[in-house]
Parts: sequence; C-alpha cells; structure tokens
Amino acid sequence: MLDWADGLLRSFINPYYYGVLVTIGINIILALSLNLVTGFTGQLHLGHAAFMAIGAYTAGLLATKAGTGFWAAVLAAGLMAAVAGVIVGLPTLRLRGDYLAIATLGFGEIVRITLLNLDITGGPFGLRGIPRQTNLPIVILAVIFTFLVLRSLVNSRMGRALIAIREDEVAAQTMGIDTTRLKVTSFTVAAFFAGIAGALFAYWFRYLNPSSFGFMVSIELLAMVVFGGLGNLLGSVVGASVMTYLPELLRTVAPAIAERRLVFYGALLVIIMILRPNGLLGTSSEQGWLEIWLARRRSRSPATTSAASGQVPPASTGGAGHGPA
Amino acid sequence: MALLEVKGLTMEFGGLRAVDNVDFVVHEGEILSIIGPNGAGKTTVFNILTGIYHPTAGEVVFRGQRLNDLKPHQITALGIARTFQNIRLFREMTVWENVVVGAHTRLKSGFFSSIFKGPATRREERAARERAYRHLEFVGLKGLETVKARQLPYGAQRRLEIARALAAEPKLLLLDEPAAGMNAGETEELMNLIRKLKEQNITVLLIEHDMRMVMDISERIVVLDHGRKIAEGTPEEVRRHEAVIAAYLGASARAGG
Amino acid sequence: MERGAHLFGQQLINGLVTGSTYALIALGYTMVYGVLQLINFAHGEIYMVGAFTGLLLVTQANLPFPLALLLAMAITALLGVTIEFIAYRPLRRSSRLSVLISAIGMSIFVQNVALWVWGPQTRRFLPPFPVHTFTVAGLRTNTLELLTLFVALVMMLGLHLLVTRTKLGKAMRAVAQDRETAALMGINVNRTIAFTFAIGSSLAAAAGVMVGMLFNAVVPNMGVMPGLKGFVAAVLGGIGSIPGAMVGGLVLGMAEVLGVALLSSQWRDAIAFAILILVLLYRPSGLLGRRTQEKV
Repeated sequence: MLDWADGLLRSFINPYYYGVLVTIGINIILALSLNLVTGFTGQLHLGHAAFMAIGAYTAGLLATKAGTGFWAAVLAAGLMAAVAGVIVGLPTLRLRGDYLAIATLGFGEIVRITLLNLDITGGPFGLRGIPRQTNLPIVILAVIFTFLVLRSLVNSRMGRALIAIREDEVAAQTMGIDTTRLKVTSFTVAAFFAGIAGALFAYWFRYLNPSSFGFMVSIELLAMVVFGGLGNLLGSVVGASVMTYLPELLRTVAPAIAERRLVFYGALLVIIMILRPNGLLGTSSEQGWLEIWLARRRSRSPATTSAASGQVPPASTGGAGHGPA
Repeated sequence: MALLEVKGLTMEFGGLRAVDNVDFVVHEGEILSIIGPNGAGKTTVFNILTGIYHPTAGEVVFRGQRLNDLKPHQITALGIARTFQNIRLFREMTVWENVVVGAHTRLKSGFFSSIFKGPATRREERAARERAYRHLEFVGLKGLETVKARQLPYGAQRRLEIARALAAEPKLLLLDEPAAGMNAGETEELMNLIRKLKEQNITVLLIEHDMRMVMDISERIVVLDHGRKIAEGTPEEVRRHEAVIAAYLGASARAGG
Repeated sequence: MERGAHLFGQQLINGLVTGSTYALIALGYTMVYGVLQLINFAHGEIYMVGAFTGLLLVTQANLPFPLALLLAMAITALLGVTIEFIAYRPLRRSSRLSVLISAIGMSIFVQNVALWVWGPQTRRFLPPFPVHTFTVAGLRTNTLELLTLFVALVMMLGLHLLVTRTKLGKAMRAVAQDRETAALMGINVNRTIAFTFAIGSSLAAAAGVMVGMLFNAVVPNMGVMPGLKGFVAAVLGGIGSIPGAMVGGLVLGMAEVLGVALLSSQWRDAIAFAILILVLLYRPSGLLGRRTQEKV
C-alpha cells in the first residue's frame, strides 16, 4: 500500500532510521490517545499498553488465522480495543479517579496474563508469521489522522466538557455534563487509536509476544505524555519522538544509560509534576510548586499585598465548605 | 405558583442529621433566601437540590417533576443552575470557555459532529460564544473573556460563576454566598445584578450571610438551624422572630466562647 | 473425599499466611489513603526495599533476626518518610492527578534504582534460624509460617493500640477527618503525615522480610504484585479503614488459594484484579468501609 510513497521514502532514509521512524509514529499515536484520557480528561490511565495489545493480537490473529486484509484488520483492531475500552471504562469510570489508575493497571495485567495463557495467541512463545504490511507512509497517515481527529475533538463542545471534568468534576456535573458518559467516551476513543497503533505494530514487527505490552510500556507512554505536557497534543508528538529516539541514540553512545532509562523516567515524572506540571513544553498552566513559591515571595513584598486576588484555594483541596459537620 | 417544592427533606451522614424534615416552597419569580448559622445545613440543601446528594427522606419537586433520583446533569437540563460557596471554576479554562461549558445542555453537537465539524456545528459554536460574551457583559466581565479563570480577582471569579450558571438558561438559580469576600461596593453591584435577574424572570434562591443584603433583597426568608427550619416569612417577620434571634445570639455566644 | 478436605485445609493455611502479609501491606495503603487520599504507588517498592534491607542485615551484618527485622523496619520507615517529603509534600495543593503521577514516578524510580544497585538476579534469603516442620491435626506447617502469622498479629495489635490509645493515633484520625480543622486545632499536620508514612512503611518492611524468607527469594521487582495486591486488599476491606485492611488481606489471601485450587496457578495474579473490579462494581466502599459522600 502506498508503495510509490514508500519507495520514495526508502530512497533517502536508511533502513535503520526507517524503522526508528515507524516506531516513533506508532508511539505518537499511543501518546496522543493516552493524552486524551489523562491530559484532557484528567483520568490517570495505567493500562494503555493493554489496548495496544488487544489491537495487535486482533490484527495478528486475523492476518495469520483468517487471512483478513490489512485495512480491515486494522479497523477491526481499533474496534476490538474500543469495545474493551467500554467494558473496562463503564464500571471504573463511575468511581473516583484514583480507582481508575489501579483498575486500568489491573486490567492491563489481566490482558497480559490472558494472552500468556491462551493457546490461540501462542502463549509465551508468541504469535508468528504476520506479514509485514505496515510501512512509513501508512504510519505517517495514521499519525496525521489521529492528530486531526483528536485536535478537532478537544476543540469542541465535547472536548470542553472533558477539560471541565479534569478541572472540577463536581462543577462539571452541575453544569449539565454527564461526566460518566463522557469519560467512557474519551476512554473508548483512546482505546480505539491504541488498537490501531497495536495493529500497525503487529504488521511491522511481524511477531507478537505478551511481554511487549507489559505495565512498563504503559508507564513509558505516560512518561511521553507528561514530558510533552498533559493536555498538549503537539507536546505528545514531541514527547513520543524524543523519548523513542533518545534511547535508540543512547544505545550506541551510552548503552548503560539507555538500559537504565526507567530510572530517569521515574525521576522525570516526579520532577515534572513538582516543577512544571504542565510538561516541559508549552505554557505552564497548572501552578507548579515553583510558581506558588515565587508567588508567595512576591506577595510577601509590601507593594503587592493589597492584591487579594489569586489567593483562592484550589478546588481540588475540597475547601472548608459548609459540610454536614 | 410553586416552582420548587421541598417536602420533609432529610439528609443523614452516618447518623448525623444535616437536614431534618425541612419544608419550603419557592414561588415563580421571587427571591427567596435561606439563612442560618454555620452548619445549619444550607449548602447541604443546595447539594440535594442539584443532585449531588440524594436525600435520605423527603421529596423535591421542580415544575411538577420529582428530582430525588436524578443525576446533577439531568437536573441542570430541567432548569436549575447554581454557584458554589467555595468557588469551583474550571481554573485552567478561559473565562468565555467557562461560560460556554455552562451552556453544555443547551448545545446539540454530539460525538461525530464534534469531530467532523459541519456548518451547523460551526454556527452553533459561534452563537454559543456570542451568547457567552453577552452573559459576561451582563455580569460585568466584558473585556476579560480570554483570560484564564484562575487569573481573575476573587470578586470577578464569583461573578463568573454567576455567568456560567446563567448560560445554562435556568428557571431557578441557586446562589451560595455570592457576596462572601466582597467589599461593600462589590456587594452593592451584586445586589443590582440579582435584581436584574428577577427582571429577566429568573427565580433566585439565595444563601447569604450578609444580613444587610439578605434583608434588602429578599422577598421571603427561610431560616435553618441545626438542619431544622425554625422560621419562614418576610424579612420583617423573620427579623422579629424569637427563635431566629435566639439562634443567632446562641451562635454568636458560641463563637465568642 | 478425605484427601480433598485435607488439601483444602492445607490451602487455607497457605492462604492465611499469604493473606497476613497482604494485610500488612494493605495497612500502609489504607493509612496513607486515610490521611492524604493518595494511593501511594511506591508502597510495593517500600516493601521490596524492606526485604533487601532485612536480607543484608542478616547476611552481611550478621545481626540476630529480631534486631535485623526491627532495624529493617526503621530504615524502611525512613525511606517512606523521604519519599513523602520529596514526591508528595510539594504537591499537597496540586491536583490529584499530579500527585498520582508523581507517586507512579517514585515507584518506577525506586524499583529501577534497586535494579541498578542490586542487579536483576534473585537472591536467596534463608531464615537465620532453624525451621521445624510439624503436623497439627494432619496439616503440615512450619515455624516460619507460624512466625509470619505471629509477626503480622503483633504488628496489627500494636497498630490498633497506637491508633486508638495514643496522642499520635488521635492526631492521625483527626488529620484523616479534616486536615484543615486538624491544623487549626494545633495538630502538626506535616509531622502526623510523616509518621503515618513511617508506620505504614515499617509494616510493609516487616511483610517484605517475612515473604523474602517464606519464598527464599528477594528480587527488585518483587514489590510490584504484592504492592498491587495490598492495594486490592485495602479496597476490598474498605480503603481508609484499618480493620478493613486486615480483613481484606486475609480474605484476598484465601480467595487466591481457592482460586488457584479451582483454576490453575497461572491465573493467580488475575484473581486479585478480578476481585478488585467486582468490589468496585458492587461494593465500592469495601467490606468494612462506610459509604461516604464527597464533601462539596
């Protein structure tokens, strides 16, 4: 598919970088879709790799066992993952956000364990013999498609509602937003794109193994989103690109560091949350610890003490409302 | 005509009765205030009316429809909107976006039209934004439309909450201590604003601690203490009511001690 | 028939022992959740560090076991407090999402530093005391299993007394109820939270040391699954409830051995998550938790 474009690209990109670019593209789709749930809707989702796995295995099985064509299999992969998204999302998204984190994590593990124990997936031996039908032009098209759909979505009535849920769920409900339904929708859309990414992955690497979709993959995706900026689509593109390419680069320059990259990812998540919760790129939106500290110092100086502005406690701390007490 | 009827409303939290068998009626077009010392259960009543809590017993009927088991978003769609005592704006969204979110139930575009924006969706978006700007002008926030909500000064944040609630096109507007933290001039402006709402046929249910404002603006007042209704009537009647005086004196005596 | 009952009884002992270690881990989750409404994702890693510290104190420093256990608990408590100070305290006023991400980051960080320092290989942790196997009513057990139960029981009893009888316990409950009011009442909120982390972490360390010996294995990723299961146990019992965490741990331990008996051991880890999803669906407040409504 798109062979002429592929030929053109291959004529000036060496095979190594060609492969790196395909991986970057797949990761961009994953990061963008995760950003919809975590960055825009504010729900910590730790099982995104599982949706990717469902998509990958759906496509892989269709290709090897049913002889389904590429595009049909890719679409089916997206839909399968979306269905899984609804099934996981409906019970868990009704509850407080923290439960979602654990539930998605648990879901991810269940998917991995299931893939490991089924016969049809080849269990721990993996699934082989998938034809290589993913190529760079297809990945680029998929990235553009994902980006445009998600950008349009977040800049709409629905997208505003998602952001409102992130900002203050109670207020969002009171403004007439059916928060459960919208959270499930956001989750399902994200799962759909993750499923597509999984299918592209399957048709590129031609071999699937449950260990490629473990918890740490979900964490790497989260790191990409956080690095690029929660709620910043372009940031996810940059985040996924940098965090896919950097380990590749380091693998030749400093293999010890590339191997230990998770140490840095972990530290990065903590540091970014403390210093720049909105990611390293883009404008700072949520007030970071640094900003608050600076603001406090500023407000201590006599010139600005009169400004009673801004000193509103954030809604997330609950406030000292007229509770039942 | 009764717009909202509250009958035998009771709310328990783990054995504690925050609201105890409260009855009252809100008539169409009036300004009704709920007052009472801290912890009297006023905000809890608001939370029940807007579906955040489901009452332990009793009934809430709005324009003939029972609200007890409805979810907050369904109640908003029926025509009740509110503000919060501890301001709950969408802090990272701009001022106008906050207001457009308030209009959520009045807009139609669904999932696919949100993605593939057709002419109808574009038209709706444009109209929604224009209406939001008008609401902002109405509450006196003209010129601040593209500022982030969290960057507004305190008093302006309270007014933005009102604009956001108005965007839901409510028949009944619940205001929870809108004058809290405002100076005398700002409170005066707020009172004018509430009177203008009345002219627009919006019924207002108000929780407020500023007694000057309550006595000045309310047509009727309901007084709660320890979750019970202890008095109801015109400002004149309530002012002279013994139980009310006792409750407030008791409250100030407690606070002083 | 006879054989089946016997096997069942044997499984119950296993479930009880495993469950008591889940309970110790669950206590840390539940206490931290109580005061901060935060899932301390790094808790499983704290448990792992506890196991390593215990192992090193026994094998490298040759300390007698009780002393090694207590010291491992103390050192791990320090780690818990440090994690709170670095990763959570600066974010007290931030959104829930930021804190959760920071917690996840901390967990990944600690686990991979351990991997870096101690390597990926499994280390043996032989109990530094003789382990006798004996038979009670036809069921086989050993001193190590009984010691594990004993340690868990003592810890829980101690915790119960601490929370209900001491000033610190009262402060913890007050902070859990309402942080701002507690501060107004003159309670040092920061110190109380730090203590909560210290206590929760030391309990996890005790669990880590015991499990390290029970399985004769200590490895940097050993905290992941027990960490998750400890959380499931806390949710099952009713998050925020201390008795709930104990009950949840034991029930989960039992459910797991029964599930393994009915299905197969490959599904062991999936059982906990299935339970989690079921609890969230049908009884989100847990077995002993109170139904609460968010204050608005």
